[in-house]
Amino acid sequence: MRINFSRGRALSTVALASAALVLSGCAESEREGSGGGEGGEGDGTFVFAGSAEPELLDPAFAADGETFRVARQIFEGLVGTEPGTADPAPLLAESWEVSDDGLTYDFTLQTGVKFHDDTDFNAEAVCFNFDRWYNFPESVQSDDFAYYYGKLFRGFAEGEKAGEGIYESCTADGDDKVTIELNKPFAGFIAALSLPALSMQSPSALEEHQDDAASNVNTTAYSTEHPTGTGPFQFDSWERGNQVTLTRFDDYWGEAAKVETVRVVAITDAKARATAVQNGEVDGADLIGPADLQPLEEAGMQIEARAPFTVLYLGMNQKTKPLDDINVRKAIAHAIDKDAVATASLPEGSEIAVNFMPDSVNGWTDDVTKYEYDPDKARQLLQEAGADGATIEFNYPTDVSRPYMPSPADTFNVLRSQLEEVGLKIKPVADVWSPDYLDKVTGSADHGIHLLGWTGDYNDSDNFVGVFFGGETDEWGFKNQELFDKLSEARGIPTVEEQTPLYEEINQDIMDFLPGVPIAHPAPSLAFGPDVEGYVASPVNDEVWNGVTVGD
Amino acid sequence: MLRFVLRRLALLVPVLVGLSVLLFAWVRALPGDPARALLGQRATPEGIARVNEVYGFNEPILVQYFAYVKALLSGDFGRSIRTGQPVLESFVEKFPATLELGLTALLLAVVVGVPLGYYAARHQGRFLDTAIVSGSLLGVVTPVFFLAILLKLVFANWLGWLPTSLRQDVRIDATHITNFYVLDGILTREWDAVWDALVHLVLPSVALATIPLAIIVRITRAAVAEVVNEDYVRTAESKGLSSRVVSRRHILRNALLPVVTTIGLQAGLLLSGAVLTETVFSFNGIGQYLFQAIGQRDYPVLQGFILFIALVYALINLLVDVLYGVIDPRVRVS
Repeated sequence: MRINFSRGRALSTVALASAALVLSGCAESEREGSGGGEGGEGDGTFVFAGSAEPELLDPAFAADGETFRVARQIFEGLVGTEPGTADPAPLLAESWEVSDDGLTYDFTLQTGVKFHDDTDFNAEAVCFNFDRWYNFPESVQSDDFAYYYGKLFRGFAEGEKAGEGIYESCTADGDDKVTIELNKPFAGFIAALSLPALSMQSPSALEEHQDDAASNVNTTAYSTEHPTGTGPFQFDSWERGNQVTLTRFDDYWGEAAKVETVRVVAITDAKARATAVQNGEVDGADLIGPADLQPLEEAGMQIEARAPFTVLYLGMNQKTKPLDDINVRKAIAHAIDKDAVATASLPEGSEIAVNFMPDSVNGWTDDVTKYEYDPDKARQLLQEAGADGATIEFNYPTDVSRPYMPSPADTFNVLRSQLEEVGLKIKPVADVWSPDYLDKVTGSADHGIHLLGWTGDYNDSDNFVGVFFGGETDEWGFKNQELFDKLSEARGIPTVEEQTPLYEEINQDIMDFLPGVPIAHPAPSLAFGPDVEGYVASPVNDEVWNGVTVGD
Repeated sequence: MLRFVLRRLALLVPVLVGLSVLLFAWVRALPGDPARALLGQRATPEGIARVNEVYGFNEPILVQYFAYVKALLSGDFGRSIRTGQPVLESFVEKFPATLELGLTALLLAVVVGVPLGYYAARHQGRFLDTAIVSGSLLGVVTPVFFLAILLKLVFANWLGWLPTSLRQDVRIDATHITNFYVLDGILTREWDAVWDALVHLVLPSVALATIPLAIIVRITRAAVAEVVNEDYVRTAESKGLSSRVVSRRHILRNALLPVVTTIGLQAGLLLSGAVLTETVFSFNGIGQYLFQAIGQRDYPVLQGFILFIALVYALINLLVDVLYGVIDPRVRVS
């Protein structure tokens, strides 16, 4: 069986892209009277506020959303996503074929693509990037640098993890054909290539300005002044503590950007971001708090919710009594009214969770044990377990707003009253998110029930359940070898399609074993000024701004 | 005078050395692991172990301290764990923002506070005096974050007059040379950039100035009220000197001593007040940066920045002491 990925995907991408065009086209016809230019010739500026500065501009060494936000405008990967979804779609690779054993990937590349420094993008450039990653010196192999490559490809040419990697080779065949060989199947390979950390960078710019063996790779000339990709925007300047400025790349192979300049600023405080949008200081901002959504809408701002690709759960540490008793865990699950939690503390557009992964991920199934809201049953289960009136420590973070957990204190308050309703005594333990809370909840056994969650990086089942339950951790405090083995087995299955039944089974097992209660899939929200058009929100944050217009 | 200044500067050396030891111990006594803060939710035990090894956090603390001192002696303050940027470089980059904000707030507090306090003292018990005294009480007790939110609500959301975040509208595309944005605008003659930077300073500096302003009003009022009843003031008045001369030479000059002391102390407090104000207004100075560094347990940044702030604080105090001598020759003699 050889799977050809090309046509259907490419066609639907075109369909979606033209839909976006129709939307932005409306805005443009309105502007024509006032002398606004056509797409690709406008001179507008789009100012966007994130929550922090990027850490560096070479995405190969990054794992943070703010670095990726900027990188997505400058760089492109072999694979992208269909706009508005988490599904992989052709980007720099026009199509690809996978061998039956899942070890050989043949890519056909887009032709006529140029990097911003006028270097040609071709098969050789692809191999240059794969070889670069594989040969990263030991100094950047740690998780604070090449996190994603290390995690996904599991090893490098040299160093501690030499020989453990799944990357075998990259072979160029002419300019537009390239073959990647793996030595172990990796079903998430194609989806993973949509991560900015694995995007294609200009070989000549890297050779000239980058030194991967530098004592600090964060501050090399390439990482701060010369990031060079094939995307619709090229790097202009980065004034630290102030802004990153990008300008339109006129030789872009795809749909040219409609604004001339893009500026990304950092506004740390969520409330301040909302005010800045409302006040017209920025055109758009990410991670808007649920409490600010309504006032912004009333003030005429636009709110865009990402399709949820997140999960918020209540974890239960089985190292603490009485949480090791399955009946107590079931009682807690029955005591929780997920709808009430969502209404009171999560933004509109959030979905109620029955699995530890959103329904767009492979392996999600409705056919799992559900613990409907039933306080009487919860009380009864607690009585049977001899745990009625038991005191349980409830850990929650303060001073933080995560995409999957916009206001933890509010979520905590709703859950607390629900749990107290069935006769449990809750001992609240609040800690500052970083590093205190993370330390306690994921790095020690000293916690009871706790709030945590995850935002998916790309569409892969292992990126959810594998991350949570792949092995024994302090967070959950259980050892369930059967579950660990199944997850490890699922990871080794060569294609996504073949993985499905096993992941469905795993989700069923998890909900029977009930290590925690998945509560909801919160939808992170963006806000825009009234004259911004053409921004397509993506569940995996794959948002490229070439379609954005800012009318006056 | 010069000897006095030199002696004070020499005294600064042991103070800073002692502080560096304390700081080194203090940041490491903070609960929480920088490796975990760096890797966040994705941290694995192996990942944490590797990061600790790379940064040397698993070495004995004495070994770490001597490595730190050795680097310090060669002028190397280390690099941020999170961004890799040299600590000194980021301080030079961000301090102008804080200084610009702090000086504006201080100027506001002095220019408004001293005359108000003087006026109140000379018109004790009248309506305006009562208004000023109770107004200053309100200023002292209003929490800065509350005032900040109130100011934003009124002047940005309702009236739409003033911006609420950042130091300048990024659409202006101003040139920055010194990172003092107002000064940069003047140097490059980009007048719209000057105006825009000033407009961005209004709300944060008002929020930051409130408490010092209120304190300066109260101290000035008390000091003037005391001096007014001194014998030499009565003598000067009975000599027939004009009330203007009496006010300036005899009252204000003598009352200024405690006021200058207060201003000096407030200048130091402005640096710490800036942490909150900068965070609320996304004013990218050292306050906001330090706040993030604490959450990240970014040891080199914490050590370096607090040391620099201590140095600035000490220099301000030295300046105040020198000013005493200028204002009151009696201090110079002793």
